[in-house]
Amino acid sequence: MNNSLTNTARLLGTGLRALLVLTLVTGVIYPLVVTGIAQALFNDKANGSQIKADGKVVGSSRIGQAYNLPLKEGEETPRPNLKWFQGRPQNGLGTNSVNTQYKLILSGATNRSADNEELIQWVKDARAAVIKDNSTEGYTVKPSEVPADAVTSSGSGLDPDISPAYADLQVHRVAERNGLSVGQVQKLVDDHTAGRMLGFMGEPRVNVLELNIALKELMAKI
Amino acid sequence: MGPVLAGVLQLLALIAALALAYRPLGDYMARVYSSDKHWRVEKWICRGIGADPSTEMRWPAYLRGVLAFSAAGVLFLYLLQRLQGVLPGSLGFSAIDPDQAFNTAASFVSNTNWQSYYGEQAMGHVVQTAGLAVQNFVSAAVGMAVAVALVRGFARSRSGELGNFWSDMVRGVTRILLPVSVIAAIVLVACGAIQNFSGIHEVGQFMGDSQEWNGGAVASQEAIKELGTNGGGYFNANSAHPFENPTPFSNLFEIFLILVIPFSLTRTFGRMVGSLKQGYAILGTMGAIWLGFVALMLWTEFAHPGPAFDIAGGAMEGKEVRFGISTSSIWAVSTTLTSTGAVNSFHSSFTGFGGGIALLGMQLGEVAPGGVGSGLYGMLIMAVIAVFIAGLMVGRTPEYLGKKIGSREIKLAACYILITPALVLVFTAAAMALPTPGNSMTNSGAHGFSEILYAYSSGANNNGSAFAGLNADTQWFNTTIGLAMLLGRFLPMVFVLALAGLLAEQRPVPATAGTLRTEKPLFTGLLVGAILIITGLTYFPALALGPLAEGLAA
Repeated sequence: MNNSLTNTARLLGTGLRALLVLTLVTGVIYPLVVTGIAQALFNDKANGSQIKADGKVVGSSRIGQAYNLPLKEGEETPRPNLKWFQGRPQNGLGTNSVNTQYKLILSGATNRSADNEELIQWVKDARAAVIKDNSTEGYTVKPSEVPADAVTSSGSGLDPDISPAYADLQVHRVAERNGLSVGQVQKLVDDHTAGRMLGFMGEPRVNVLELNIALKELMAKI
Repeated sequence: MGPVLAGVLQLLALIAALALAYRPLGDYMARVYSSDKHWRVEKWICRGIGADPSTEMRWPAYLRGVLAFSAAGVLFLYLLQRLQGVLPGSLGFSAIDPDQAFNTAASFVSNTNWQSYYGEQAMGHVVQTAGLAVQNFVSAAVGMAVAVALVRGFARSRSGELGNFWSDMVRGVTRILLPVSVIAAIVLVACGAIQNFSGIHEVGQFMGDSQEWNGGAVASQEAIKELGTNGGGYFNANSAHPFENPTPFSNLFEIFLILVIPFSLTRTFGRMVGSLKQGYAILGTMGAIWLGFVALMLWTEFAHPGPAFDIAGGAMEGKEVRFGISTSSIWAVSTTLTSTGAVNSFHSSFTGFGGGIALLGMQLGEVAPGGVGSGLYGMLIMAVIAVFIAGLMVGRTPEYLGKKIGSREIKLAACYILITPALVLVFTAAAMALPTPGNSMTNSGAHGFSEILYAYSSGANNNGSAFAGLNADTQWFNTTIGLAMLLGRFLPMVFVLALAGLLAEQRPVPATAGTLRTEKPLFTGLLVGAILIITGLTYFPALALGPLAEGLAA
């Protein structure tokens, strides 16, 4: 009995030593080497692909953000600032935990199922809002034109992109709110629409932050 | 080009890349595990361990190595989390509670990577890189070592010797996982994944406010997380997070990393048993199931049945625009048919059938192609079962790869396939019967039940993905899922190694006209059938209550 106990202890000791040696290799040397190479070769990307406008950092081209009006008294959630292009709805982790709402401090999805009453209501509300917000004088959004990404939350809650269809749908509104012509804004969207990588990878998309920065620059020129 | 065609092209590109890597990587891994030469660095490591890498071990010794190393891993990772509050480089995060620390330690050591914590709100640099990422390497290396031991059981005769655990495990890290991870991590950084050690800081925003960022060694962890079929995300959103998986290319590349070792190991197997055709038969089985599941998943996600998706006009809830429906579906199948569990879109918001496909993928035992190592040994166990069933049909003693499958062998194989379903169904039933666990559900009805069934299927099969609406950070779930992960990982390994030991003691029987030709397509068909029928019958009642009920109602 005593003998088997010492054997077990010796074996566990061997296991622990193995773990410590491999921790040094894979848990210290490996991440430090990769960080060194990454910081030397891809400094900008390794630090989050930050993007500047007017000399100031305005976020990351990879991470979506909110374009809202300041929160008014009595409001629980701020209303969107319709001057700017809007990203996807981000209902975040919902009532289950902290609500992400484009806050990088916690990423995540709503995890609501297709038959979840709350999700059905969110989608209905988002759809109605997209139609109402984007219809201008002389341009009415048809319900069939609203793409799925405009009314659903993404997996990360930080989706930086929208579909070209959703961007196109916002053109009339953005033009009206900023006193620009529809043609000017449409050109902006077209210039910022990225196709599939190498023609087949991923989906066509528009980076909302880059589009809004270009919009701001256009406004400054006028 | 429509999204469906683009999806098919991406699938073909993925298959082409896997096919290109198959021969060189498979042959290389066979050489790694057959070579007598130890690298100098491996000798240093083995000296540090205090083990002689050249000693041959019989199965009990090999198993003791596996268990001792893994027990040390659980203990170390548990303590690291409990001490986080006083460790440097913790970003100000406090110690993890005991039940969650146990769950997480069990999770990463068992190659599951189930996460009941929120990465960016709980784990600092030290725990992530020196704790969690280390287990990503070594738990994968342990899985490969056990698979190689079983292959040696078939390849060797009249010796009972299975190789040296310490040498196999260390070589898996130094010669396979580490070199590929370094390259993969740099590719991911080049795509835009972050890799730094900055603390929590504010970054300005377009509208003038700010976002709170925390840095991290993300790309280095992401690479091994996919390559070692681990799946535990640095961030809560896992590979949906743009800093883990920034572009459509990084997305396809990560799917490739998930699949490349499990598929290529069939070549390693063929090489080591001296018949590449035997490896192709296993590869054919894995490939057929994987492709079939991908086709079904693409169909249901593009058709998007379900009330919310009908109104939205597409199943984009929980999916990223840059990946779209197609690669979210391919990823979901690849992550649940391996033991990965990383996600680039959230399975709980898939269609009813889509969630069911992910669930069934795990319940098949993750053999198509399965986790690194665990996929191969799981599939070889199923092959043993399949030759046994075929033997019963024709009234002959079954044999596989020249080894007789007698009553002792088949008992061990049977124990292997019974453990996981028993864990899944008993724990699910207990959680449903007790009054409080159900409070963790986010969704109600059939989907709520699926959340719990999914949790235990994921835990016991060492997958780690979730119907993440379930609030799993409760004492009940942390404890029971922790147990399911440990038992679901190490009990099967006991039976695999015992079987390997028995096989290695046998003398080979020459093939005769009556021998079932296990390298032929007929056997591949038999094996696919055996896997689907055995699992299907085991889980059908539970699946009928969850995803099938939800899918049929939509």
